[in-house]
Amino acid sequence: MLGLDADRLRADMNRLLALLFHQGVLDEQFLQLQQLQDESSPNFVSEVVNIYFHESEKLLRNLRSLLMDREFSDYKKLGIHLNQMMGSSSSIGAKRVRNVCVAFRAASEQNNRAGCLRALELLEHEYCYLNNKLHELFQIEQQRVLAAGVRYPMHM
Amino acid sequence: MSTNGVASWRRRSDKIDGFDLSPSDTEEVHVLAVDDSFVDRKVIERLLTISSCKVTAVDSGIRALQFLGLDEEQSTKGFHDLKVDLIITDYCMPGMTGYELLKKIKESTTFREIPVVIMSSENILARIDRCLEDGAEDFIVKPVKLSDVKRIKDYLTRDVKLGTEERGINKRKLRDSCDLSSSPPSVISSLPSSSPSRSPSPPPSPSIHSLSAPCSPSSTLDSPTRRLKMTVSD
Repeated sequence: MLGLDADRLRADMNRLLALLFHQGVLDEQFLQLQQLQDESSPNFVSEVVNIYFHESEKLLRNLRSLLMDREFSDYKKLGIHLNQMMGSSSSIGAKRVRNVCVAFRAASEQNNRAGCLRALELLEHEYCYLNNKLHELFQIEQQRVLAAGVRYPMHM
Repeated sequence: MSTNGVASWRRRSDKIDGFDLSPSDTEEVHVLAVDDSFVDRKVIERLLTISSCKVTAVDSGIRALQFLGLDEEQSTKGFHDLKVDLIITDYCMPGMTGYELLKKIKESTTFREIPVVIMSSENILARIDRCLEDGAEDFIVKPVKLSDVKRIKDYLTRDVKLGTEERGINKRKLRDSCDLSSSPPSVISSLPSSSPSRSPSPPPSPSIHSLSAPCSPSSTLDSPTRRLKMTVSD
């Protein structure tokens, strides 16, 4: 019975992953991260992703407070935060978030404040979706590990 | 050439966590990784560790120089235990850029022999050329993958075995012999355009740095001057 639960959970995980790939939310870099996870580093993916979440939330707060400032004019600073978000999103395979950052950066380079605000909304939305889905993924993985017991290797 | 190609193809077919070092590599390669991004530091650290390298990861060019002892007098040579075999650095960093770090390393009599690899999320040709011209060993477009690290480690361990004087000569030889075996037309035609933001670069330059056997379907042909994304598999 336990084994069946683990298998079912693994199938759930794979289904969710397939969906995220299909939607373009994740790309092959996420697979690369999974390949780096093994017995010697069994929580590698969630560790990296949690760092990403922590940093991204800070960056998003900075972006919002910059743009909401009535006297905002420091597009260069905006660009720096964006580059950071773009880079880390690319490193974990967060394709859609990264692409929104690219569009956001274009608006920023044109000193287009309205465009930047729109892009920020979209960025927050995409990030939120990614955050929810990856949390869901890690939850399923945790349940699967519990159901499978330590004898099963943690390969996704 | 064929020896090197076969050797690296064999390595690629090894399991990731069973990464073989060739018999004469008794010492682990020590890599100094420089990146201001915490996420990227974690990833590059893992990529290097899983490739059997010792890693020291720092968050700035200045800290990198401190680690090497370059920020003090140039004559400081008390770092034998911490001997660095390779420096891999991000290009865009606040304060000192990766390029500026590269220049500082290459200007140092003590450390200029250490190969420096630059990483960047931007695939800007002028930037790549400038880094390579000013002494960078290689240029990796982020996100960094296991195949990138394997490629660098391959020619690094070979260079270490052969000694520093021959390094430049051998790299040229490798490139020349690879030109004969690689087939640029098929490389271009099999380029997938996976996403708009990573569109393939212009046709490869003569110096295609191919370490994988050309006939291997899952091989990744990587050039130091261009990053051609051929396949997803590693």
